[in-house]
Amino acid sequence: MSTGAVGRAHPRLEGREKVTGTARYAVEYPVDGVTYGWAVPAAVVRGRITRVDTDEALASPGVLAVLHHGNAPRLAQGPERELWLLQEPAAHYRGQFVAVVVATSLEAAREGARLVRIDYDAGPHSTVLAADHPGLYKPEHVNPSYPTDTAEGDFDAGYAAAPVRVDVTYRTPAYHNNPMEPHATTAQWHDGRLVVHDSNQGPVAVQATLAELFELPQESVRVITEHVGGGFGSKGYTKAAVVLAALAARHVDRPVKLALTRQQLFGPIGYRTPTIQRVRLAADAHGRLTAICHDAISQTSTIREFAEQTAVYTRSMYAAPHRRTTHRLVRLDVPTPFWMRAPGECPGAYALESAMDELAIAVGVDPVELRIRNDAQVDPDQGEPFTSRNLVACLREGAQRFGWTGRDPTPRARRDGRWLIGTGVAGSSYPARARPSSAAATARPDGTFLVRIDATDIGTGARTALWQVAADALGVPPERVEIRIGDSDLPVAPLAGGSMGTASWSWAVIRACEALRGKLREGASPDTEVSAEADTTDEVGGQPTRPRYAYGAQFVEVRVDADTGEVRVNRLLGVFAAGRVVNPTTARSQLIGGMTMGLSMALHEEGLLDERYGDWVNHDLATYHITGCADVEAVEAYWLDERDDELNPAGVKGIGEIGIVGTAAAVASAVHHATGVRIRDLPIRLDKLIGVSGLA
Amino acid sequence: MRDGPENETTTDERHSSRVAFEVNGDRRELTLDNRTTLLDALREHLGLTGAKKGCDHGQCGSCTVLLDGRRAKSCLVFTVTVDGRSVVTVEGLAGPDDLSPLQAAFVAHDAFQCGYCTPGQLCSARGMLDEVARGWPSAVTDDLDSPPELTDAEIRERMAGNLCRCAAYPHIVAAIRETATAP
Repeated sequence: MSTGAVGRAHPRLEGREKVTGTARYAVEYPVDGVTYGWAVPAAVVRGRITRVDTDEALASPGVLAVLHHGNAPRLAQGPERELWLLQEPAAHYRGQFVAVVVATSLEAAREGARLVRIDYDAGPHSTVLAADHPGLYKPEHVNPSYPTDTAEGDFDAGYAAAPVRVDVTYRTPAYHNNPMEPHATTAQWHDGRLVVHDSNQGPVAVQATLAELFELPQESVRVITEHVGGGFGSKGYTKAAVVLAALAARHVDRPVKLALTRQQLFGPIGYRTPTIQRVRLAADAHGRLTAICHDAISQTSTIREFAEQTAVYTRSMYAAPHRRTTHRLVRLDVPTPFWMRAPGECPGAYALESAMDELAIAVGVDPVELRIRNDAQVDPDQGEPFTSRNLVACLREGAQRFGWTGRDPTPRARRDGRWLIGTGVAGSSYPARARPSSAAATARPDGTFLVRIDATDIGTGARTALWQVAADALGVPPERVEIRIGDSDLPVAPLAGGSMGTASWSWAVIRACEALRGKLREGASPDTEVSAEADTTDEVGGQPTRPRYAYGAQFVEVRVDADTGEVRVNRLLGVFAAGRVVNPTTARSQLIGGMTMGLSMALHEEGLLDERYGDWVNHDLATYHITGCADVEAVEAYWLDERDDELNPAGVKGIGEIGIVGTAAAVASAVHHATGVRIRDLPIRLDKLIGVSGLA
Repeated sequence: MRDGPENETTTDERHSSRVAFEVNGDRRELTLDNRTTLLDALREHLGLTGAKKGCDHGQCGSCTVLLDGRRAKSCLVFTVTVDGRSVVTVEGLAGPDDLSPLQAAFVAHDAFQCGYCTPGQLCSARGMLDEVARGWPSAVTDDLDSPPELTDAEIRERMAGNLCRCAAYPHIVAAIRETATAP
């Protein structure tokens, strides 16, 4: 007996706190006797630390301690080498944290960090990703656990025999997540127990890794993650800030606040790897694909293997009898890449969806129609039918809303004064996963209910969505439900990542609410508190493996200044099929945010590597450009009313990542349509366009 | 274990100053390290953590406050320079009873997701609307002889100094537009 809370637009529950400045983030809790930590990054690409001179720093007023490999508390060597911080006299990449200064004020800590002198015995290094790098190898699997290569049919023969062929190579640069709140932690030790207020996307993993590193029982570590100022993947796992803060707090025996600087977010916390992607498509004269090959190259560091699953998108997106995908990786003397919004799918879709646009032109078929002709209702990779796949419906509805019909495919056919106008489209997909979770529900004597789960709201609206789900599952008006999240003392739940938060958490919330209602039906007295817990481990684990994906289609109109090459996006429109939408208000915001980050990827963002130092030249927000308010003119997000009963009890697919997936390809195709110039290495900077003769 | 237990004082008297200024209508007096930015004074000394530190270099706008009524990036202001001046932070935007119309519009339009840039967006918007009322032109103002009209393009341009990685921009513009045109 749903009360209709799910599906109803509702402002986010913490809205008032966020607009009054009372929502507290990781280093904003008042703490008595607090001190300040400042991380010190390595100044060489690779080398042994031969000497740490802390004299000057320690003599600086307010400095309490300088931690480094020679004096820091010992950590257990867990599986994550990145987190074994201040334990060895070595730097594995420039920017890796090799010391921490603790002081009584932020000013003193910063000054102390400046005064720490570290000598290195620097070694030779290799920092540039190249398609012919001698160190390229085939990883055992790609993130998180996909096969590295796949093949079906005979790609080479199928490709050679086809009448229409496209063979193109795309490049994407390093992209940096840049959540507005940096990675930040307040760490406190009380009687051997560690309490951290930390900015992350998954307190459970942070609790587990801290317990492992500091050799504590898990219950001796508490992680509080009430409000998080964005993550976009970069806070999806335990990162340096929380480990350094905990080390420092133990060392000085006082609470420590430690926030990374903006500059320190470029590298040590992860970034989207640069990619080099060769895509080959072959089709018959009607545009039906006969052969698809996607070969992806990316980088990792020397201390951790992170293999971006760039070509995985291509395995299930379009059908063809002959298919092949490969991933090759090279270990460079650079920071370790990590998750950034739709790792794999995002750069991979840029390449495949761009190649589809090039194929549409080669074969003379409209790019929307080309995708419809190559739709697959059976997963080409797994050979099983998708639980639901509404890519075609997204393309059709998007085309109708956008006014695509009747588009003249001729490049440079539309002009408005000095502006060249073009339109582009791309398909999108993202896996709809769920992970085991637990949750608890309590009925109180006053007729209200409390639902508890260690979910994390990084800005997605998770708190509000779970509250709506709980109200429906309890069959009561939402006003009678209180939701509590973001604390490792609450029932264990998976991270906010992989677009699987709401699917996983709502599953456990619904089961806990059902169990509570069962108890109340069986006569449990609501005169005292009645509670029920649920754990979905068995149910999620027992779910049949079926291909489950969300789909979408992005449409873009750009204008390009014929004289300067400046690209402006007039309009960005997306239609998505992502199962049930719990809260239209927050869902729309997420989809708009994802698409805008795709616009940013296509036109603005680019980590420029200085190969001498293995570090990014543009490591702040003045030089690493992200899309700003003036860059965004019109973004529209719509969704289909999609019902899929083979997902999870709430019927949701996840919406955090699908928005970004195809957007960059749609922008790049629109720029080609406007100008006749195909830019195959992102971002599409104006100098790449004006360098082409005859643009004006 | 402490390496420098006697090293408790942040700074000596030669490097600190007494500063008195008004914050959200209240007079505050502090003795501060001369290096302390207004942002750090608010956050670490006055417990006003509404203003956010996103970059500490004046590049993101998360720390925007109103200084003598005009928007300022508080991470670029040394507190010793605000002696005798007036600061309004996000904590001072609401009325005694309820949210200001701008704050209410931000909630209603979902003009934020993670909320970290929001205090800066709100203070910036408040200051920006005042700039428009004073007739200040922006880079996209065509007619410099008449009072500027608050079009969406004007709002976008004037709010371009406040980054939002969640990209709530269309909703921020809608919330500001609604507030500006409300009767």
